[in-house]
Amino acid sequence: MTLTEKLRETISRAFYNHGLLCASYPIPIILFTGLCILACCYPLLKLPLPGTGPVEYSTPVKDYSPPSSEQGPQQGDPNERPDWYLGAPVAYIQQILVKATVSPWRKNFLAVDVFRSPLSRVFQLVEEIRNHALRDSSGIRSLEEVCLQVTDLLPSLKKLRDLLPEHGCLLLSPGNFWQNDREHFNSDPDIIKTIHQHEPKTLQTSATLKDLLFGVPGKYSGVNLYNRKRVVSYTVTLALQRYDSRFLTSLRSRLKLLHPSPNCTLREEHVVHVHFKEEIGIAELIPLVTTYIILFAYIYFSTRKIDMVKSKWGLALAAVVTVLSSLLMSVGLCTLFGLTPTLNGGEIFPYLVVVIGLENVLVLTKSVVSTPVDLEVKLRIAQGLSNESWSIMKNMATELGIILIGYFTLVPAIQEFCLFAVVGLVSDFFLQMFFFTTVLSIDIRRMELADLNKRLPAEACMPSAKPMSRSQRYERQPAMRPATPHTITLQPSSFRNLRLPKRLRVIYFFARTRLAQRLIMAGTVIWIGILVYTDPAGLRTYLTSQVTEQSPLGEAGLPPMPVPGGFLSAGDTKLALSVFPSESVQRSENQTQQQREQKEALEADQQLWAQGLERHGGGQPEPGSKAEVTWGVEDEEIWRKLSFRHWPSLFSYYNITLAKRYISILPAIPVTLYLDPQEALEVRHPQEANRYHSFFPSSLGKLEALDQPREALPKLQGHQDITLYKVAALGLASGILLVLLLFCLYRVFCPKTYGQSGLSHSRRKRGDLPCDDYGYSPPETEIVPLVLRGHLMDIECLASDGMLLVSCCLVGQIRVWDAQTGDCLTVIPKQGLRRDSSGIFDYQESWDQSPDPQNGPEDSFDGSHPLKRMLSPLLPPLFYNQPDLTSLIDTNFSDQAKGVGPEPRHRAACGRHRDTGYDFSRLVKKVYEEQSTSNCMNFAGFPAPPGQAAFCAGLSCGAGEGGCSARRKSLGDEPFAGFDKSSPVSAWSGDLESSVWSLDLQGNLIVAGRSNGNLEVWDAIEGSLRCSNKEGQSGITALVFLSTRIVAARLNGSLDFFSLETHASCNPLQFRGTPSRSSVPSSPMCSSSDLIMCQLTHTVSCAHQKPITALKAAAGRLVTGSQDHTLKTMGLASGGQDGAICLWDVLTGSRVSHMYAHRGDVTSLTCTTSCVISSGLDDVISIWDPSSGIKLYSIQQAGVGLGGLGVAGAPGPGACVWGAPIAGGSLLPDGGCPGQPARAPSSAFPSQLGLCREHLCGGEAGAEGPCEQHGLWGTWAALGAVQK
Amino acid sequence: MAESNSASTIPKKCGPYISSVTSHGMNLVIRGIVLFFIGVFLALVLNLLQIQRNVTLFPPDVITSIFSSAWWVPPCCGTASAVIGLLYPCMDRHLGEPHKFKREWSSVMRCVAVFVGINHASAKVDFANNIQLSLTLAALSIGLWWTFDRSRSGFGLGIGIAFLATLVSQFLVYNGVYQYTSPDFLYVRSWLPCIFFAGGITVGNIGRQLAMYECKVIAEKSHQD
Repeated sequence: MTLTEKLRETISRAFYNHGLLCASYPIPIILFTGLCILACCYPLLKLPLPGTGPVEYSTPVKDYSPPSSEQGPQQGDPNERPDWYLGAPVAYIQQILVKATVSPWRKNFLAVDVFRSPLSRVFQLVEEIRNHALRDSSGIRSLEEVCLQVTDLLPSLKKLRDLLPEHGCLLLSPGNFWQNDREHFNSDPDIIKTIHQHEPKTLQTSATLKDLLFGVPGKYSGVNLYNRKRVVSYTVTLALQRYDSRFLTSLRSRLKLLHPSPNCTLREEHVVHVHFKEEIGIAELIPLVTTYIILFAYIYFSTRKIDMVKSKWGLALAAVVTVLSSLLMSVGLCTLFGLTPTLNGGEIFPYLVVVIGLENVLVLTKSVVSTPVDLEVKLRIAQGLSNESWSIMKNMATELGIILIGYFTLVPAIQEFCLFAVVGLVSDFFLQMFFFTTVLSIDIRRMELADLNKRLPAEACMPSAKPMSRSQRYERQPAMRPATPHTITLQPSSFRNLRLPKRLRVIYFFARTRLAQRLIMAGTVIWIGILVYTDPAGLRTYLTSQVTEQSPLGEAGLPPMPVPGGFLSAGDTKLALSVFPSESVQRSENQTQQQREQKEALEADQQLWAQGLERHGGGQPEPGSKAEVTWGVEDEEIWRKLSFRHWPSLFSYYNITLAKRYISILPAIPVTLYLDPQEALEVRHPQEANRYHSFFPSSLGKLEALDQPREALPKLQGHQDITLYKVAALGLASGILLVLLLFCLYRVFCPKTYGQSGLSHSRRKRGDLPCDDYGYSPPETEIVPLVLRGHLMDIECLASDGMLLVSCCLVGQIRVWDAQTGDCLTVIPKQGLRRDSSGIFDYQESWDQSPDPQNGPEDSFDGSHPLKRMLSPLLPPLFYNQPDLTSLIDTNFSDQAKGVGPEPRHRAACGRHRDTGYDFSRLVKKVYEEQSTSNCMNFAGFPAPPGQAAFCAGLSCGAGEGGCSARRKSLGDEPFAGFDKSSPVSAWSGDLESSVWSLDLQGNLIVAGRSNGNLEVWDAIEGSLRCSNKEGQSGITALVFLSTRIVAARLNGSLDFFSLETHASCNPLQFRGTPSRSSVPSSPMCSSSDLIMCQLTHTVSCAHQKPITALKAAAGRLVTGSQDHTLKTMGLASGGQDGAICLWDVLTGSRVSHMYAHRGDVTSLTCTTSCVISSGLDDVISIWDPSSGIKLYSIQQAGVGLGGLGVAGAPGPGACVWGAPIAGGSLLPDGGCPGQPARAPSSAFPSQLGLCREHLCGGEAGAEGPCEQHGLWGTWAALGAVQK
Repeated sequence: MAESNSASTIPKKCGPYISSVTSHGMNLVIRGIVLFFIGVFLALVLNLLQIQRNVTLFPPDVITSIFSSAWWVPPCCGTASAVIGLLYPCMDRHLGEPHKFKREWSSVMRCVAVFVGINHASAKVDFANNIQLSLTLAALSIGLWWTFDRSRSGFGLGIGIAFLATLVSQFLVYNGVYQYTSPDFLYVRSWLPCIFFAGGITVGNIGRQLAMYECKVIAEKSHQD
């Protein structure tokens, strides 16, 4: 053994043990991993949240000097000093904040006078600043030397070329609107229009030109027609290249000297450095989005491969969670050990996921799923793990190796990536082993349970499910358990798409994917998002203010958030009102009054103007108030109120990026301007006077009206929080209400039993169910099959006409069931018959002791059962109504005859008792009698799994001979009246030595073909034998019962045609003198009192060379399929009234066609008037034209043998082929008609499915066309019935 | 796989007769178109990545400038990718060694992601010198090949493609038809072959995956017949 093998074995064993551990203690392990993840993610809390908001840092302006570009030993607390504060800033921003007012205000002034003359002073101010020079000992220093020289604007900004400075100092002022030319300004008839001409009409996302030039947010500037305070503020913004404190001080002092601001209390102590993060533009976004799309495609394609599990979504989620949390863990661990991530997390994240990959998870799932289903969950997990352990370890080692190689590239970024990847890989491995494996085990267990629940009623197998269940008595190990019973895959059928018109396909595609609804939903969500975002009082403002105030070192006196009320004065009142209609909700009641008033004012009512004018005139003294410019806290650092993109966008116009760099904002220089009225009048534009004259009173009125809400504003602000909460509570309540309402609606409209309908329900509803055959299928419902219990052995054959279901088991017992209710109507042979025969050993566990003493014949007690004593568990009262089967079991071992020849379908565990068998009867007679008199509950206390134990017992019984043959014995103890061939006398042969090989049903007559060649006609209701025909010697393998004719196919390949003749007279020879029971509804063909004669009319001696396996009749033709690989169609046209059948003759050509159908045996066959469908062992379904014998279609079934076929639906073109593959159970629609595939339960008896299906669906679905699932499930119910 | 690609479902939708008549030619054309668009898309995205490195800040109309400056580059890349993507499965068929390694869409997606990642690294990561960049990228590219391809023919074809494409691009640049955005010419030349190699492998992977789908369709059809 080499080292590798040894290693391999060790790893495999370790994985095996680990798998056992995980599957044994799932919950603790999941909790443990959850704790681990949380613990590892804990350091992540310290990391700053990703965001693009700028970060601030302020230093005192006194003895400020630009930081050195190297990260040397820092003075001061290093914690306070951010790591970006290195080197000189991009620019120093010096703002000169101007507040100007016309004082005193005269009543006859226009609204435009509020800002025209103040703005006109900006030119003068700019000149002063521009020409300022510092003269000191070192010479003259002018602004040009210190200011930031800018070059061209970006070529795309041609329209701004006149407005922004180029090739010179970056000095911005409102004067730029008029090219810094006083003359332009004076000749401008409409200032507002000039200012707003570059405002974007649509969504405002970044700083606008107005904001840039004014340097204050638009609503603070006061440049509008509704300026109540009549104070105009703007800034002159100066970007400086270098920090020259003396120059700046001199500028400041000069400006202060020129325009003193006596009551200015602005603090001028701090330089604020604003660091901008990298901004993600659209060009960066596209690759990012692409990588994420690829990532999602990868995850999608990976998780799509998860199959054969209970919940695909659950497992896919677990896989994604595994990968994501492993990444989080890796980042957390790296942070814990002091490595701070410097890479952009969002960018490298997809690559990390791809590197770590989902492969292992999928491999694990696949491996676990592919372990044998019947193993215990623990063992399955363990096996699956150990199977893949080597490859997992190998892959992991390879990946680690590759990543380690990457680590040695010595590129810091790649190194960091590799470090994260390595830690991520290891933590991913950990999570896979602990988290995902456990989740998988839970899933598998759930699947098993669900599977059990589904199958239990049907088969009642699997003792592990309900150990104490009474149904155990009839349990047995599933002899033939499909390997993959859980998922029933639909084979793709290309035929399905054939007959569909294109438009229908499109429509069904829409319907299937619910495209329209989803699009509308997505659109609505996006629309709501846009609304919320663009709402001026909503998210965006909030975010902006949050971001601007994000600085942890922000000053104490942060300006309050702008309140919605303030918007009314901000120019675009209409927008504010329309976008924010719920404003009134936010206000308390007393304010809504004012609101209304305000709105009225806005409506520009003439009367109100007059009133306002009067009020104004009365309230204000004639000379006008001496306006006072006040400086308050809100003016401090007015740039904070600007958009956080203000500076980046300004610099980006000159192709200077602020990303990852910072600017330093110097304290603003306050300038106060008082303009006297004369000046204001002088600068007034002539047109303006005319235009605004009429508008003037209205604006004043508005101003007055606006005064009130403004005064109420402080109160409003106080209420702001409460109203917010109110609104939130209201929204929450209405949301809950809506959900409740929808829930109620759902309950009303959808039935409670939706999705769990039983058989009867499904039958009733089948007509209403929306089911089309074009690929759109209604959601599948799970239907619990009706279980019909009673047969003790394998079902040999079954037949149904929709109302009745006849089944026959190997014992030869025929049972008639009501297909609708599942009641057992008749048992043939009848209970009352006294028999002692048939030593059938297998399934002794199902020996039933009848509670009814009269049903228990005495002679069955004389042979006592040692096995019964040993093996019978608790007798369930549930099955007390079951027939007594002791009569079927020969206990008289001493009187044993040799068994008849082995039967082909017999079970292996049947043993033939040796002749010299021990006479159990004598030995245990006493014991048995004692038991039989006592309560059946005595048998309790044998908890051994009865199925297995009994099986063993059966084996041990047969072990003596070692033979595996059935021992059947016919005693023929009933003294039957003499019978001869085709005797009308219902000669009850009482013979069980032959089993029933084929059955058919019509009306109340059951035709049974026996292995010994007998044909028997039984009354389904009464259970009496009506007639019998013993002409044939070879066993009847297939039967067709058409109105009065019976066609029987025999084992030797011959076909016999019988006719039933009814004599409506009471024959004295009638068997046992059965009295006519008129209450029994009889078939139209015969009543129970009629005498029935069964006559052989014709025989085709060599229809096939080999046994005929399938026989179907329809539309006057008979189709046979045989083991000789051929299909033959025969004419079945009836001749005279006597029901004679046309001779079928190979030589004369009345054999209509002869088709070489399959390469293998023809296993199943069905036919309608339009087509014949056959399936064979070569896994092909063929569809034939019966008249010409041409193959129309063939359908290849990959790898699964088709067990049964049925044609459902109306005869003609609407026929469907349903196949029941042995392994999968998928049903195929045929080419003849588009059909809806449905699921067939994979069952132990797929070969019977088609037959039964055909009858059920054909009988009930009628003209509905293709059968939908309910019919099928109904079939299943019927099928489950006879499977015990 | 049918839902993975809109184009590859087309042969399935039309009936067996149509698809049997036109199957091979149609499939070839469809695959070519799909590959062409994949190539165009990748070229645009990766071009954006490369531009990011060199331009500090984007004017608002960066997209239009991309399209206007060298409009013929993405179509060229698309054509090249179509040729390569068809060449790979064709070569597999002629060599008689069908590619069996990791034939599934998730693996292809992973490959594409790694390819974009290599581009990303070459664009975003600052390397000390060009040799380091070249070596790193070469290692990454060969790692890509080893992880997703592992066929000798793929390797050879990749090398050939890289060589040819580099040659062509150098030729174009020398003749002044095309200019790199980067002022540093050597820098570009150092990563170009690696990127071309990785791109060839990636596109070949996609092409093989698409071709495998065609094979499946044909196989199905033969079963039906």
